[in-house]
Amino acid sequence: MNFDFSDDQKHLAGEARRFLEANCSTAAVRKVLDDDKKAFDEKLWKAVAEQGWLGAAIPEEHGGLGLGHLELCVIAEELGRAVAPIPFASTVYFLAEAVMLAGSDAQKAALLPKIAAGEVVGCVATSEGPGTVSAANLQASVSGGKLTGTKLPVTDGDIATHALVLAKENGQPGLFLVELGGGVKREPLQTLDPTRDAARLTFSGASAERLGAAGEGFALLEQVTDRAAVLLAFEQTGGADRCLEMAKAYALERYAFGRVIASYQAIKHKLADIYVKNELARSNAYYGAWALNTNAPELPVAASAARIAASEAYWFAAKENIQTHGGIGFTWEVDAHLFYRRSRQLALVAGAPRVWKERLVSHLERRNAA
Amino acid sequence: MDFNDTPEEAAYRAKARAWLEQNAPRESVGGDDLEGGTKDTMAASKAWQAEKAAAGYAQITWPKEWGGAGGTPVQQVIFNAEEGKFPVPPNPFAIGLGMCVPTVMAFADDETKKRFVGPALRGEEIWCQLFSEPSGGSDVAAARTKAVRADDGSGDWIISGQKVWTTGAQFSSFGIVICRTEPDAPKHKGLTMFWVDMSDPGIEVRPIHQMSGGSGFNEVFFTNVRVPDSQRLGAINDGWKVSLVTLMNERLAVGGPSGAGWAEFLEAARSIAGPDGAPVLKDQVIREKLADWYVQTEGLKHTRNRTMTALSRGQTPGPESSIGKVVSALLLQDVGNTAVEMLDQYGIISDPALSPLKGAFHAALMSSPGLRIAGGTDEILKNIIAERVLGLPGDIRVDKDVAFKDLPTGR
Repeated sequence: MNFDFSDDQKHLAGEARRFLEANCSTAAVRKVLDDDKKAFDEKLWKAVAEQGWLGAAIPEEHGGLGLGHLELCVIAEELGRAVAPIPFASTVYFLAEAVMLAGSDAQKAALLPKIAAGEVVGCVATSEGPGTVSAANLQASVSGGKLTGTKLPVTDGDIATHALVLAKENGQPGLFLVELGGGVKREPLQTLDPTRDAARLTFSGASAERLGAAGEGFALLEQVTDRAAVLLAFEQTGGADRCLEMAKAYALERYAFGRVIASYQAIKHKLADIYVKNELARSNAYYGAWALNTNAPELPVAASAARIAASEAYWFAAKENIQTHGGIGFTWEVDAHLFYRRSRQLALVAGAPRVWKERLVSHLERRNAA
Repeated sequence: MDFNDTPEEAAYRAKARAWLEQNAPRESVGGDDLEGGTKDTMAASKAWQAEKAAAGYAQITWPKEWGGAGGTPVQQVIFNAEEGKFPVPPNPFAIGLGMCVPTVMAFADDETKKRFVGPALRGEEIWCQLFSEPSGGSDVAAARTKAVRADDGSGDWIISGQKVWTTGAQFSSFGIVICRTEPDAPKHKGLTMFWVDMSDPGIEVRPIHQMSGGSGFNEVFFTNVRVPDSQRLGAINDGWKVSLVTLMNERLAVGGPSGAGWAEFLEAARSIAGPDGAPVLKDQVIREKLADWYVQTEGLKHTRNRTMTALSRGQTPGPESSIGKVVSALLLQDVGNTAVEMLDQYGIISDPALSPLKGAFHAALMSSPGLRIAGGTDEILKNIIAERVLGLPGDIRVDKDVAFKDLPTGR
């Protein structure tokens, strides 16, 4: 049994943590939070590119480090701990994964080296309004290689150079790669997590290249999202662990009724509950990492379980961290709300937990019938 | 990262598997493993234990001089996994070999150890652990069963009192019992541990009729049971420290698969009608619950894989292994209850001949309250996680520095 990261991968995690402690403190995150004009931390983005993280899982022939997805998982966990205000997930988990999965040789050669170098920022444009996007309600369309339609919210839509867009072509859903230049209007959106950028994108004749086969848009998007879900689960697990650490530290120093609040069972059991959920999330994320790294047929089920466990653990840890802090936790000055906000951003950006639960049970229903 | 055995582990698994293929029984004798079986299954359990002991598979990590195989914890886990694939009889020896006999080995003289370790290992003699009392379950140090010196100058002790929730006492030859020897001292400083012969006429075992219908646990009454001082384990009034050695393994000893999990539920839900006539499996509320159960079950499975990995690498497992029972007991209760509710009015029928899966969901519903209590209640386990894993302070105690006899008592 070898169900853990290697010493080298753990070493990389330690390096990443030290780097982010130095370059991505919550004070730095707040510069993006408090400045409406600042969509992301450009300095951190450049530094992360220099570290090679953007290309960790991109093959060396395309300018990456050619490490693997396990290395990307440990980096993701550290980015999640640090609530990093950069378009890492959009660019690396979605755009790079989609291109590696379904891109032509020419698309790979054109995009992957630029992703690794930090010159390309990706975004995923699927949602068009309240509720879940499906073949039944998808409006955006491509005709003659030109895209028309409106997408919102698009995380990092304001700063992206390239978008993955779900749209119909001849009535069939497809996933399209769009270089964001002419024919697109961008309007920033107010969201729950201002440390991450989001926009409304209105396409009026932007050039679009289809990824994968015609009519396979949702299937390909699912494949890409399964891969992203595992990586997001590591970000979420990292954030959830940080919430537990904050709650614990505060409970050990705050006195009420003559003793530290960490000595009350109401608080101890709350923190124990957070710990249990975080460990269940971590174990599910590990299984997802294994499935992602080996391209196992179990990936859709493993990714769903990792996604659900991590989304719920981060939510629980983030809200109970505020509760443990009491009144001070409800202030803008205390960092607890950064994690509360990010837990919502990460839980919704690739599909809400209830959507993933349905997806998981559909997989199990078919698998167990077979 | 993978799930593969190392070459050494693979070789051991193959060897264990081959031995089991040759020797393991092919037909189940029944009996609830959680409770260690019944009088009808006891002979089969003893025979199987003797076979394992003869082949060195009874206590794989024990040193060879005591009848073990001098093996590693990973080898024990591998053997358990392979053994679990065969319909072997219930195991009534786990508490004795996991908790009582190691205590005897740690505190008794060589002669005593030589007398008891072999027969226990071979399944000839079963041991029980006499700790819980009517006045203290989670609070073991509140024991009131008293041991006083005989007044004839022999140095013998006279034990009187009552123990409760003693698993397997009705099948046990011996037991270890924690007794109050100094009521004027604070509660943790006035306890002493002894081993006792369960055939003593002063010991009466009465099975407890559980709410689940079974009777795996017992009340044990001590009436002037005389034991020589040589049966004392550890120093006088040092019994609390001795009990910690016994309890060290308890959390690992309780638990296991149930046969009433998410997968069984999913299968049953395919063919049971919901309010709209469609199968319950199409009900969104049910589907969300299935997803939650699956995620918890997989989370526990892969947490065990992480623990196993640490053992495999020769490291001490991390604290994550402490979450098992607190998750699994509540999970079993929720699956059992949701399954019963899924049957609508029919759900009250628990007759195995009429209910799905021969009544496994109903059995889960009725046994899960016990699982949430045995071997550490949910509440105690959360305290343990909070204090030992997260390093939060212990409760403020009002019973530490007061003479035991002066502590307030309720029912």
